[in-house]
Amino acid sequence: MRIELVKRPQRSALFSALSPFIALALTLVAGAIMFSLLGKNPLDALYYYFIDPLREVWSLHELAVKAAPLILIAIGLSVCFLSNNWNIGAEGQFIMGAVAGSILPVMYPDFQSWVVLPLMLIMGMAGGAAYAAVPALLKTRFNTNEILTSLMLVYVAQLFLDWMVRGPWRNPQGMNFPETRNFHEYAILPEIWASSGRAHWGFIFALVAAVAVWFMLSKTLRGYEVKVLGQSPRAGRFAGFSSAKMVFFAFVVSGALAGLAGISEVSGAIGQLRPTISPGYGFTAIIVAFLGRLNPLGIVAAGLVLALSYLGGEAAQISIGVSDKVARAFQGLLLFFVLGADTLIHYRIRFVATGSRKLEASHGNA
Amino acid sequence: MATPPETSDANLLEVRGLTKIFGTLKACDHIDLTIGKGEIHALLGENGAGKSTLVKMLFGTLEPNAGEILWNGQPVRISNPHIARKLGIGMVFQHFSLFDALSAAENIALSLDDKTPISTIAAKAKALSYSYGLPLDPHSLVGDLSVGERQRIEIIRCLLQAPELIILDEPTAVLTPQEADKLFETLERLRAEGKSILYISHRLEEVKRICDRATVLRHGKVVDHCDPRQETAASLARMMVGSEVQAVVRPPVEDANNQAALLEVRKLSRAPATPFSIPLRDISLDVRAGEIIGIAGVAGNGQGEFFEAVSGEVQQADAGSVRIRGKDAGRLSITGRRLLGAAFVPEERLGHGAAPRMTLSENMLLSRHATDRKAFLGVAGVVRKHAISTASQRVIEEMDVRKSAPDPEAASLSGGNLQKFIVGRELDRRPAVMVINQPTWGVDAGAAAHIRQALIELARSGSAVLVISQDLDELFEISDAIAVMHNGMLSRPIPIAEATLEKIGLLMGGAEPGHVEHSREPA
Repeated sequence: MRIELVKRPQRSALFSALSPFIALALTLVAGAIMFSLLGKNPLDALYYYFIDPLREVWSLHELAVKAAPLILIAIGLSVCFLSNNWNIGAEGQFIMGAVAGSILPVMYPDFQSWVVLPLMLIMGMAGGAAYAAVPALLKTRFNTNEILTSLMLVYVAQLFLDWMVRGPWRNPQGMNFPETRNFHEYAILPEIWASSGRAHWGFIFALVAAVAVWFMLSKTLRGYEVKVLGQSPRAGRFAGFSSAKMVFFAFVVSGALAGLAGISEVSGAIGQLRPTISPGYGFTAIIVAFLGRLNPLGIVAAGLVLALSYLGGEAAQISIGVSDKVARAFQGLLLFFVLGADTLIHYRIRFVATGSRKLEASHGNA
Repeated sequence: MATPPETSDANLLEVRGLTKIFGTLKACDHIDLTIGKGEIHALLGENGAGKSTLVKMLFGTLEPNAGEILWNGQPVRISNPHIARKLGIGMVFQHFSLFDALSAAENIALSLDDKTPISTIAAKAKALSYSYGLPLDPHSLVGDLSVGERQRIEIIRCLLQAPELIILDEPTAVLTPQEADKLFETLERLRAEGKSILYISHRLEEVKRICDRATVLRHGKVVDHCDPRQETAASLARMMVGSEVQAVVRPPVEDANNQAALLEVRKLSRAPATPFSIPLRDISLDVRAGEIIGIAGVAGNGQGEFFEAVSGEVQQADAGSVRIRGKDAGRLSITGRRLLGAAFVPEERLGHGAAPRMTLSENMLLSRHATDRKAFLGVAGVVRKHAISTASQRVIEEMDVRKSAPDPEAASLSGGNLQKFIVGRELDRRPAVMVINQPTWGVDAGAAAHIRQALIELARSGSAVLVISQDLDELFEISDAIAVMHNGMLSRPIPIAEATLEKIGLLMGGAEPGHVEHSREPA
C-alpha cells in the first residue's frame, strides 16, 4: 500500500476550514500519548489541561488576559506573513512598545491626568512600530533577510529592558528589586468588568483590531495589494504596487499592534516593568497566526486556544505535577500539525494498493 | 494515409493503451504510439489535447492509470524522471524547470546524477552549446535570462546526458527562423547519429519539414498516425482542430500617415539593470492610431528591458523618452501610464500578467484598479466584488475563455485560455495604446487566431498597438510595419509591403540597419 498526494485543481474550501480542527484533534491524540509516556492518566491530564481552566469565571478572565496579547500580535503578523514579510521579531516589538509606553508613568510619575493612558497607548504603538521599522529599513535598503534581523532584535530588546529596569528605571523605593515603580492609577488600563475578574481592555482592543484588519484584508484594495505582493511580487509590480512600501506597511502595522499588546500587558496585567514581561507571546503568536489561517477572525479563536495552553500548563503543573514545559511541547505539536494539515488544502490523499496494476508487475524488467 | 503502429525490434519506444485520468477528465485515453530508431516523430495537437500529459508519462513525472510502455521491446515502468534518464530518455519541457537564483551550469549540474565538478560541467556545456550553434554563458544567472536563452539551457542539459530519445515540447515557440533552423540542423544531426526525437508542436510547417512520422491527438485520443510530408498544413490542421481554423483578416489602414502618434518613444536608453541584461540604446519609435507595429528580434536582445521601460515597471530619468497620447510619461509609474490610456500585457502569464493563486475576477483588479477605480472600488478602497465579477464575466465571454469553474484560480487555466483572459482584460478597457509582449507564446492555433484578430480590431478602431514577438509568422500576419530589435537597438520600422523574411532575418542577425532601411515618412 502506498500513499500519494494528488494536487487539487482548486484549493479546497472544506479543508481550508477543517484543517485547524484536524490539527487540534491530532494534537490532543499526540498529547494523550505524551502524558501516558510520562506515566499520567491521559484523560485526567487532558481534562486538567483543557477543560478545568474553563469552569470558573475568574479563570475565563485569565484566559482573556493571556489571549489579548496573542491575538493582537498575531493579527499584525498575519499582515506580514500574507505579504511575504517574515517578521519573527514580534517579541522584541512587544517589549519595545511596553518600554516606550511606560515612559510617562515611570519618568514623570507626577504627571497624573486622564490623558496619560491614551498617550501611553499611542507611544506604545509608536515604539513597537519604530522598532519593527528597523528590519523593514534593512530589508528595503540593504536587502538583508528580515527573519534574521527581526529575530536578533528580540534579544536586543530583551537585554535593553533588563538593563532599564536594573539601571536607569529602577524603582527608587523598590528595595533594589529589578523593577520600575508601580504605575499610578491614571496609567492603569482598566478591567472590562472589574467585579468578576482581571480581564482588561486589551482584549477589547484585540477584538477591534481583528475586525478592522479582517475588513482591510478581505474587502479593500489595500488588502488585495498585501496578498498580491505576497503571492507574486512581479504581478504586484505589474499592478503598480510598491513592494518597498509594502514591507514598511506590514512591519509598521505589525509592530504597532505588538507594541499595543506590550503596553496593554504592562499597564493592564502587570502594573510595572520587570526584567521579563512576556512568557514568549511574540513567538507563540506565530503559531496563533498560522492556526488562525492568517485570517484575523480565525486568529481570535486560535488566540483563545493557545491562551488555554498557557493556563492549562499552569493548572496541570499544580494538579497532576507535570513540568510547565509541557505547555511548550503542546504549542510545538500544534504548530507542527497545523502546517501538516494545511497540505490537505492543496492536496488530496490517495491510497494506492500496491501490486494491483499491470504496470507494477513489470517494474524492474528494464 | 494512416500508418498503424507496428511491433518490431526496430522500435525504440512503443506505447500501448496508455491512459491518464485526472478526476473525471481523461487527459490521455488509450494512446498507442511507436517511435523507431533514428526517427523524428511529431506529436501534434491543440493545447489541452493531451500531448504534455503523454510525454510527462513517458518521462516519469506522471504515472499512467493504465497501459504499458515498451523500451527496446521490453516492458518498463517509468516511475520517475531518474529512471527515464537512465533508460536514455531526455526531455526539454515547454515550461522550464530551472531555478532562477542559480547559474546555467548549476542548473545543469542539478539534473546530472554524478558528482562532476561545476567547472567541468560549465566547460562541457559551453563547448556543446557552441558546437550546436546555441551559444550559452554557463555562468549567467537563469533569473537574468530571456525565455529563449532559458530554453537553450534546457536543450544543452538534455543533450549532455547523451539520450537515445529526446522529447522536445514546443521547442520553436520562442525561437526565430534562424534559431529554429539551427535547432533543426541539430535535430537532423542527432537523427543521423541514430537518435530518436519526439517532437511536440502545433506549427505544421516545421513538422512537415523535419518529421518522418506524426501522431495527431485530439481530446486525449489518437486521431491518426500519418506521414506529415504526404499531408498539407491545412489537412494536418483539420486533424488537429477537428474543423477549419479561421484565418486572420487584416483590413488596410486608412490614411496611415495622417494619424496622430499615440505612443512615441524618443531616444530611450537604459543602463543594464544586472550584469546579464541588455542595455537599451537610443530607441525611437512612433506608433500611430490605427496601426500595429511589430518588434521582431532574437530572444534576449533587450525586448524584456524595452517592455519594462515602456510600461513603466521601470521608470526613466527623462520624462520625454516615452510619450503617451502626446503627454510625457517617462517618469510616470505603470499606473500613471495606464491612466493616460495605455494598456500592457507582459510575456509571462503566471506570476506577472496574473497572480496564479487568485481568481479571475480578482485578477481583473491587477491592472485595472486605478483606471477603473470608479467602477471597481467604493469608499475607502472597498472592492466591489459584484463589479469585478461582472467585468470578468464580460471578458470571459468576449474572448471565449474556457474554464472548469465559475471563477477559477488563474493557475488552473490552460496557457492559451489564461492568455485570452489577460489580453481580454486589457482590451475590455478599449485602451488608446496597447503594448503586448509575446501575445501568443505556446497558445493553440484557435486561441492565437482569436487574440491576433482582436488586436487588429483594436488597432483599426483607432488605437496604437505595439506587438513584441519572436514569432515572425505572427508579426507578418498582423503588423503594418516591423522593426527589429538587436542588442538593445531598434531598427526603423519596415512597412509590411516591403518586409521580407530575409530582410528581417538579416536585421535580427545584427546587420547594419542602413542596409535595409526604408523610410516610412510621406514622400
